[in-house]
Amino acid sequence: MADDEIILSELDDEELVAQMFDDLYDGLKDEIEEGVNILLERGWTPYDILTKALVGGMTIVGADFRDGILFVPEVLLAANAMKGGMAILKPLLAETGAPRVGKMVIGTVKGDIHDIGKNLVSMMMEGAGFEVVDLGINNAVEKYLDALEAEKPDILGMSALLTTTMPYMKVVIDTMKEKGIRDDYIVLVGGAPLNEEFGRAIGADAYCRDAAVAVETAKTLVGRKHNQAPAH
Amino acid sequence: MSDASTTKLPPTDAGLTDEGLAPEGRGRVLLIACGALAREILALREANGWSHLDLQCLPAILHNSPDRIVPAIEAAVTQARGSYDSIFVVYADCGTGGLLRAACDRLGVSMVEGPHCYSFFEGNETFAARDEFTAFYLTDFLVRQFDAFVWRPLGLDRHPELRDMYFGNYETLVYQAQTDNPDLTAKARHCADRLGLAFERRFTGYGDLATALGRL
Repeated sequence: MADDEIILSELDDEELVAQMFDDLYDGLKDEIEEGVNILLERGWTPYDILTKALVGGMTIVGADFRDGILFVPEVLLAANAMKGGMAILKPLLAETGAPRVGKMVIGTVKGDIHDIGKNLVSMMMEGAGFEVVDLGINNAVEKYLDALEAEKPDILGMSALLTTTMPYMKVVIDTMKEKGIRDDYIVLVGGAPLNEEFGRAIGADAYCRDAAVAVETAKTLVGRKHNQAPAH
Repeated sequence: MSDASTTKLPPTDAGLTDEGLAPEGRGRVLLIACGALAREILALREANGWSHLDLQCLPAILHNSPDRIVPAIEAAVTQARGSYDSIFVVYADCGTGGLLRAACDRLGVSMVEGPHCYSFFEGNETFAARDEFTAFYLTDFLVRQFDAFVWRPLGLDRHPELRDMYFGNYETLVYQAQTDNPDLTAKARHCADRLGLAFERRFTGYGDLATALGRL
């Protein structure tokens, strides 16, 4: 109804962020882009908009997905809306020197083209301040190793949706061991058919059941890794 | 007493999707199967006169929630144990990541070999050799129930713009036909069009399913 229409620019900051949470939840990309632009005009830093408005909103989406209140289609719509906001903020974040938590190389394993989970993880990791190098789908071990060599990330992330492709993660980890580089990286794995037991069995550092868990695990393990680094 | 082929009306697809199928309570071997396989199993039983097989189906829609398959199988096996000489689980791994195999081992029952029904319908060896990871598969049942299993659960009825986020990396819809049915083939082709994929029909018959049941 026209009478109920909310004019985003008329809301104060607190109301606007709350409204952006709702709009993210409802997957309203245009409204999220408008909200981001309004906050930028009001002098918010890109980093604050990202963390307080977008990631804050997606955290609610993630929690409700985990609790079975939201389902994949709604999460995808929300992610698409967040992507719209991120597209505005990303170049600005680089310019304004936002804090960087760490770096991740991520991709789906050989034979697996299912990238919805991987894309969600990439986006949430970026939102949490990680630099993400996305290798896309269907990655053979050589491609992972080349990316590790070239990018020197803190984290390698591997994703698989299929029971038939998930064992390939072990191939990658075993190859890293053979080359003596396994312990140089944090290895995180995820995907619908995986579980913690599988993650342990193949020698990953952690299995992450969803994007939010991936972010929290990555932050914890990167923090631990940096604390263990020799003092200068 | 009537024989297995004439005992009752065939189950409906909607019933098999949401409720499954109750056993008839006779026969010495109980098959606990996915509802998506009911018609195929009943056809094989009738064609081969396997009157020693009783069939119970779990709701086929569990296909979309693999984490619910193992508890459902455990409950069904536990409940039926004692009423039959043996129980055979007519599921492949079906996205359970080896947990269904582990549960069946624990329960002392056998199951179908293979990663999923697309594989055993084609024959596990043949399917593995194809290594066609950009194919999206439908069986007879899934063609008939395309909206219930694919279109609506993925939200494409409400948000068709999500289609390419789901299917953008696929190339071909492969219809694995268990039967020769021109109407189903036409429907499968329409499903491919809706998903924006090329279409291929591949007649598989019952593949390794027939072999597995024939051994019981």
